[in-house]
Amino acid sequence: MTRTLAVWCPDWPVVAARRPSSAPVAIVFANRVVACSAAARADGVVPGLRRREAQSRCPDVEILSRDPASEARSFEPVVAAVAAFTPRVEVHDPGICAFATRGPSRYFGGDGPLAAQVVATVDAALPPGAPGCQVGVADGPFAARLAARGAGSGSGSGSGSGDGSPRRGRWQVVPPGRSRTWLAPLPVSCLDQPDLADLWLRLGIRTLGDLAALPAPDVLSRFGPEGAAAFRLAGGIDAAPLAATDPPPDLVVQAELDPPAQRVDTAAFVAKGLADDLLERLHARGLACTRVLIEVETEHGESLSRLWRHEGALTAPAMAERARSQLEGWLATGATTAGITLVRLVPDEVGPDDGRQLGFWGGSAAADALAGRALARVQGLLGPAGVVTAVPDGGRGPGERIRVVPWGEPREPVCAGAQRTGRAMRGTQVEEPPWPGQVPAPSPALVHDPPLPAAVFDRAGRPVRVSARGELSADPASLSIGGLAGRAGGANGADDEVAAWAGPWTAEERWWDPRAHRRRARLQVVTGAGTALLLVLEGGCWMVEATYD
Amino acid sequence: MRAEATVEGLGHLAGVAGRARPLVLAEDRLLPVAAPLDAMLPGGGLRRGTTVVVERGVSLLLAILAAPTSSGRWGAVVGLPDLGLAAAHEAGVELGRLALVPDPGAQWAAVTAALIDAIDVIAVRPPPRLREADARRLAARARERGAVLVPVGSWIEGAEVRLRIEAGEWRGLAAGHGHLQRRVAEVVATGRGAAARGQRRSCWLPGPSGRMEALEPEVAGAVGEVEEASPVLDWAGVG
Repeated sequence: MTRTLAVWCPDWPVVAARRPSSAPVAIVFANRVVACSAAARADGVVPGLRRREAQSRCPDVEILSRDPASEARSFEPVVAAVAAFTPRVEVHDPGICAFATRGPSRYFGGDGPLAAQVVATVDAALPPGAPGCQVGVADGPFAARLAARGAGSGSGSGSGSGDGSPRRGRWQVVPPGRSRTWLAPLPVSCLDQPDLADLWLRLGIRTLGDLAALPAPDVLSRFGPEGAAAFRLAGGIDAAPLAATDPPPDLVVQAELDPPAQRVDTAAFVAKGLADDLLERLHARGLACTRVLIEVETEHGESLSRLWRHEGALTAPAMAERARSQLEGWLATGATTAGITLVRLVPDEVGPDDGRQLGFWGGSAAADALAGRALARVQGLLGPAGVVTAVPDGGRGPGERIRVVPWGEPREPVCAGAQRTGRAMRGTQVEEPPWPGQVPAPSPALVHDPPLPAAVFDRAGRPVRVSARGELSADPASLSIGGLAGRAGGANGADDEVAAWAGPWTAEERWWDPRAHRRRARLQVVTGAGTALLLVLEGGCWMVEATYD
Repeated sequence: MRAEATVEGLGHLAGVAGRARPLVLAEDRLLPVAAPLDAMLPGGGLRRGTTVVVERGVSLLLAILAAPTSSGRWGAVVGLPDLGLAAAHEAGVELGRLALVPDPGAQWAAVTAALIDAIDVIAVRPPPRLREADARRLAARARERGAVLVPVGSWIEGAEVRLRIEAGEWRGLAAGHGHLQRRVAEVVATGRGAAARGQRRSCWLPGPSGRMEALEPEVAGAVGEVEEASPVLDWAGVG
């Protein structure tokens, strides 16, 4: 059994919501109270109540919804304070953390003095107005957590009061080997198994001692694996070891430049060294970096940073190359006005390094690497979004059937059908999901963005409209286009006669979403001059969406 | 004994052949292009280091990019934000090997120069006020690095080949029914050197498959008429 110390910060969701314990506050999740402040508790609010019930018991209670991310975030200072005693801290939940006491309690002269130290340190780290923490020491995390929770009530052996604290017991130490007897009188409800606890109560098993006294095989056969696990906990056998992880390694590398670097190559040289250093650290841990943040500070206090991402793992030369391109880009665009004083590489996305399998056939890897470097250089000039690549995707219009992603990011199709088969990347035939209203192939070679305004008229010179049933009001006979002149499509005076046409292909998209809802009708038209156009009608306005150039 | 000696002799022969091989064969300097276009280009392909201007017709550009990218070379397109990428996909361009720089802004020349260093085919739409010095520098750089520069639109004199779609006739669309299916395009190639003679050729651009295809004269008229007569169900009919 691992001797464990647990730190419990009462009402943590309330503390994380930055409310003092004196204000009546209830934290609600799925219409049930999950936590409440001391003031609310005094009025009879308890966890598990419905929101309406809590409001009726305490009319001025403030109801907040649960925010697990904020709870975890605000618990971080507490964990950091506890980590001053030992770096291997297990966070059980926001509000409860634990560590093994073997080393620290010898250093501080026993479990009791260690607990007193932890109480003092954690209280200093808590935000003002928060209820003080409670600490329990026992054999195994489960007993330690219960000891911490029970410390406030002042019962149990070995409880002591914090020095000068108005509260009685702030910490509780269960002597080694006594956990089982200490747990025995506690109710079964503290096992956090509401369904089983209900059953046990009806069967007359009220305390953990009652449960632990049952024969083990019968518990397993009657209550299943969950019951058996609870039985072991009740017997003081805490099988799960402390899942304490090593503190996250600090992989950020940086170098201060003194004197400041005035030239790109000086700074780039430093960045190369940093990249080598960073990659060595990552390799030592078997990690690969897929996204890196390059940060630079200048003498004038400018701070520039940019994220670089790569589909495969970034190698040291690739990272150095990107840093160099980035520095060149910043200097070229005048983003830096003074010498560079600091270069920092922050690995932003790190994952296990599972290697990269190169293609077996075709020895073009060198040319590919060369192309990748040139594109990285252009990205340094224009920003990562300046170089894009196209991924075929689902859609109706010619512009929607392609999605562009910045170069270097994974080219994955987002459309559901392509994901299902997952083969779009390999160029094999993928069964596309149907897109009713899609304009048939071939697609236009020029897609105007934004579309050019146009007007379509029938033989009598009236504007052509499309009815709600998707029918044209009349056959189109002529059209006029604004803004096409000067385009590569080439427009001249003959562009006002419609020689042939087809459609409309109507598309009612995202009708379930009032903001994204679009209703469009498309028309293919060949003009008298032989130019083929794709017209689109939306909101009563005709536009030239694309030219079949 | 005698057989072994022959094997050894053959090994020597291969070594001699390797030494006698010219440093760069002409075909290594040639990038592949799709079938009807190869006859219009001097040497039957895109010769590395040359400038091939597409004066009119973005479909022609897609036809040029299709074969190199699908055979493992790299392509880049600079300054064409309105390029129809769905059409590129249909024309056979391998989109994974096509880098797009839609909006290079004032740095178009720097961007193009950087890409010429490593990419095989670089299509670029020069800005409206193209400086002749920029153009010459880029063409010279392409010649030096063995890349093929494909300016789209206007370009200075001195390009090896100039291609344009002179006239096109779309098939498949009638008065109120059908849909655009294919186009008979008259492609004109002019240039200097081997291409100085000039060529005029009709072909499908795009053809029935979406790619550029050769036009068979005896079938061409009949196919067009048949397809024009067959209406395609519109959306209402499909439901």
